[in-house]
Amino acid sequence: MKTIILKTASDYLLPLLLLFSVFILLRGHYLPGGGFVGGLIASIAFVLHAFANGLEETKHLLRIHPGYLMPVGLIIAFIAAISPIFISNLPFMTGEWFADPLPVIGMVGSALFFDTGVYIVVVGVSLTIIFTITESA
Amino acid sequence: MIQHIVLYPILVQLFFAIVLLFFWNSVKAQKSISIFGNIVALIVSVWLFITIWQEGTLTIQTGNWEAPFGITFVADTFAATLVLLTAISGFAVSIFSVGTILRARLKFGFLPILHFLLLGLNGAFLTGDIFNLYVWFEIIIISSFVLITIGGEKKQLEGAIKYFTLNILASMIFLTAIAVLYGLAGTLNMADLAIKVAEIENRGLVEITAILFFIGFGIKAGLFPLYFWLPASYHTPPPAVMAIFGGLLTKVGVYALIRVFTVIFVGEDFLELIILSVAGLTLVSGGIGALVHNNIVKVFSYLIICHIGYMILGLGLYTEAAIAGAIFYLIHDIVVKTNLFMMSGLIYRIKGTFSMRDLGGLYNNNPLLSLIMIIPLMSLVGIPPLSGFWPKLALITESFNANNYWLIGAVLFATFITLFVIARLWTEVFWKEGPKLKRIANFRYFSLLSKHQKRQMIVPIVFLAFISLYIGFGAEHIQRLSIRIAQELLDNQAYINAVLKP
Repeated sequence: MKTIILKTASDYLLPLLLLFSVFILLRGHYLPGGGFVGGLIASIAFVLHAFANGLEETKHLLRIHPGYLMPVGLIIAFIAAISPIFISNLPFMTGEWFADPLPVIGMVGSALFFDTGVYIVVVGVSLTIIFTITESA
Repeated sequence: MIQHIVLYPILVQLFFAIVLLFFWNSVKAQKSISIFGNIVALIVSVWLFITIWQEGTLTIQTGNWEAPFGITFVADTFAATLVLLTAISGFAVSIFSVGTILRARLKFGFLPILHFLLLGLNGAFLTGDIFNLYVWFEIIIISSFVLITIGGEKKQLEGAIKYFTLNILASMIFLTAIAVLYGLAGTLNMADLAIKVAEIENRGLVEITAILFFIGFGIKAGLFPLYFWLPASYHTPPPAVMAIFGGLLTKVGVYALIRVFTVIFVGEDFLELIILSVAGLTLVSGGIGALVHNNIVKVFSYLIICHIGYMILGLGLYTEAAIAGAIFYLIHDIVVKTNLFMMSGLIYRIKGTFSMRDLGGLYNNNPLLSLIMIIPLMSLVGIPPLSGFWPKLALITESFNANNYWLIGAVLFATFITLFVIARLWTEVFWKEGPKLKRIANFRYFSLLSKHQKRQMIVPIVFLAFISLYIGFGAEHIQRLSIRIAQELLDNQAYINAVLKP
């Protein structure tokens, strides 16, 4: 489906959607959002790009195969989840928080890193599935 | 905090599964990491077991949320024992799969998925929250779907569809039961449920919920009359997968049954009758199924079903000695069944067939290997002093005490059939002068393997055979362990206190 309108629009939509997905990821701790939804929105950005420009273009844009994102995301989430055991001797998955809020983002804790891990895993999994289906179709 | 140790078996498996994903393209590195990971898991599980044996039940509240609200993980002696057995079987199977699984299958992530499966098993044994138990069950079945279909042969996919359909159905029933239970009691923590369910006045509704749990877990455990998926699917994947399925997957169902019916639903007469009749029928029908088959893997699959009956029987009788017998049988069965399926893989490698009629002459050609293989076979039958004898003794004695002669009949019938089936298998496969088999082209026969590969197949079988021998000859230790577990299970107040008042 190569129309010039979609192609032009997707060039602008890709960065916008990616920014929006990061926004959703960051607001996730107290408001609706989080790593899973953010990851889905980010993968939608790439899927839209693939629709407009073809799969090869998107793959070129991503540089690495999305499958490699899965272990990276998992290990980030894993480290975030076990960090309280080593930092403050509290149970697995307890929230660890930095004392001072960061500018723009606000309070940062291990939950954010966990969510980031989830975000990366979701991008990796959904893009791998969609790319595989598109290739074999 | 010493309580962290409760989660270590889960975390170790998760960590190594992730590390294996990083080495997706290097099968060679995956093989070493997988074996190393399982050695670490074994050490951690032994450590957990020793700690629990000395300190008693340990609990940890994940996320530091207090007991009925957060997810609790509970390591009592029962859970620690099963985690240890999972680690032992997992270690043996990982060596065996490194040696036997085809490269094409390993390249599609066989080993990481195996670790995810072991992760799910450890989680299911350690969790103290009924919904979390459901999540672990999902992790187990998703991983097992991958393991059963990886390779994509036609018969594998056919078996996988049967496996998939009935297991999803079981999960749905289990989930429905959780929903009803949550509606009744308003909590999901098992210890909290134990208190709240006992106070519910509408016993009819509680019994119906209990039956839903029984059906859900019963399908997974392979109980009569819901076991038909098991022999239809277990013979299709490679032997290493069969070993982990046959040894551990059905036992998770048994574990969940024992846990739910000793902690949450206690002392319903109506249930006792149902559990006992299902146990008897499972023993008889599984035994008869094993009689008629010619494929050794199918014979073993029916024997799994048959022997699940013993464990459920112990649960149904609900006395200390009977539950101790069931636990003893569970311990013995996990080790022996894992070994039997690995053995059938070895036999297949030597001869190139699973059919009893075509097999033969194994004893003449490989006397030393046959000598090793007789240990799990005879342990299964329960020739004293090997491991299968002691729990059967306890179960028969307890059936006598309960004056239930039908049950004694069923137990003796199943024991006799097992003896007959194994004796037939021994004469057909090992003693008989086998027919001359056509050599299959391009088949990697055992004699053609390198010394290293041969070792990877034989070492896990010998390892588990020695554990079986220990369970038989060190029966006193295992009996003491089983009695302690039975006492802990029967006294559910201790479990509740451990979770709610740490």
